[in-house]
Amino acid sequence: MIVLQLYFAFLKIGLFSIGGGYVMLPLIEKEIISVHGWLTPAQFVDIVAIAEMTPGPVAINSATFIGYQTAGFWGSVFATAGVVTPSLVFILLIAKLMQHFYQNRWVQAGFTGLRPAVIGLIASAAIFVARTTLSDLTAALFAVAAFLLLTFTRLHPILVLALAALGGILVYG
Amino acid sequence: MGKNSLLHLFWTFFKIGATTFGGGYAMLPIIKHEVVERNGWIKDEEFVDVVAVAQSVPGAVAVNSAIFIGFKVRGYVGAFASMLGAVLPSFIVILLIAAFFVEFTNYKIVAAAFAGIRPAVVALITAAVIRLGKPVVKTKYNLLLVCIFLLLAAVFDVHPILLILAGAGVGLVRHYRQNKKASEGDSA
Repeated sequence: MIVLQLYFAFLKIGLFSIGGGYVMLPLIEKEIISVHGWLTPAQFVDIVAIAEMTPGPVAINSATFIGYQTAGFWGSVFATAGVVTPSLVFILLIAKLMQHFYQNRWVQAGFTGLRPAVIGLIASAAIFVARTTLSDLTAALFAVAAFLLLTFTRLHPILVLALAALGGILVYG
Repeated sequence: MGKNSLLHLFWTFFKIGATTFGGGYAMLPIIKHEVVERNGWIKDEEFVDVVAVAQSVPGAVAVNSAIFIGFKVRGYVGAFASMLGAVLPSFIVILLIAAFFVEFTNYKIVAAAFAGIRPAVVALITAAVIRLGKPVVKTKYNLLLVCIFLLLAAVFDVHPILLILAGAGVGLVRHYRQNKKASEGDSA
């Protein structure tokens, strides 16, 4: 049953999405593209862009989108349910049993160690996306321009993506 | 409807989910305004706890906070209603886009727009790496760790789950050794 496979794939992704939405990207890249082949690298990049331009967390957006692309409406329901299941379990356990667990020194030590891993992983996702998208000089120029805008102006990422879309229409349209 | 009704919980998080783009930290002030100031569901200092817990377990911060606050207000059903509210706007919007996306991209203008957007995604992720990385790579030790993890992920194709577990493991071992050193220092 593909919907159950989707549920468990996104449960796994949700379970290890610790430390910000973008940690999902390398997990999706591995589980959805390499392991299951449900998505092409180009589709993956489109989904990241769409997830960023629409309201709500990247986690929910990408689960819904990938679920739909893979198995239609029920695919999106099961993928989204999968990605929120760990949240539900962990938060309810903590709310019920140990509200101050995050103050525990061992938990904090684990998190301190986690951060460099998370950053390395997101950087690897950036390399993966770069390999997929930067096929010629024009594309590379688009990436550099977007990076400069994001880094040196206070433009919202959605505006930067909108400008990139406009640029795409002018150059490729 | 009552301030603590399930429908009101659902609706509050639905509004939050529908109006916050990019997720995560951008929505915290909005969540705070709704749950602390407008509805008085939790106190100011409790909100700090909610955020800390929401960040220290897996999953999206917005969804985690919704579940936590829903549980505080109305128990398990409250948690479920709030979660549904936080998730549904994204779900509906993405479903609509996904349903028409393939058709959309048949239009030349949409295809051209996405040809421009795709390279920008590289910039988006790179900017996130820098933003998240800046406070972490302040020590040489962490910088080295980031490089090792990047190498393992990008070159040796190690599964991300393994790397995340390894990262937590490194943190725990380091803490253990520092503890040991500290206690040896005490006894000396």
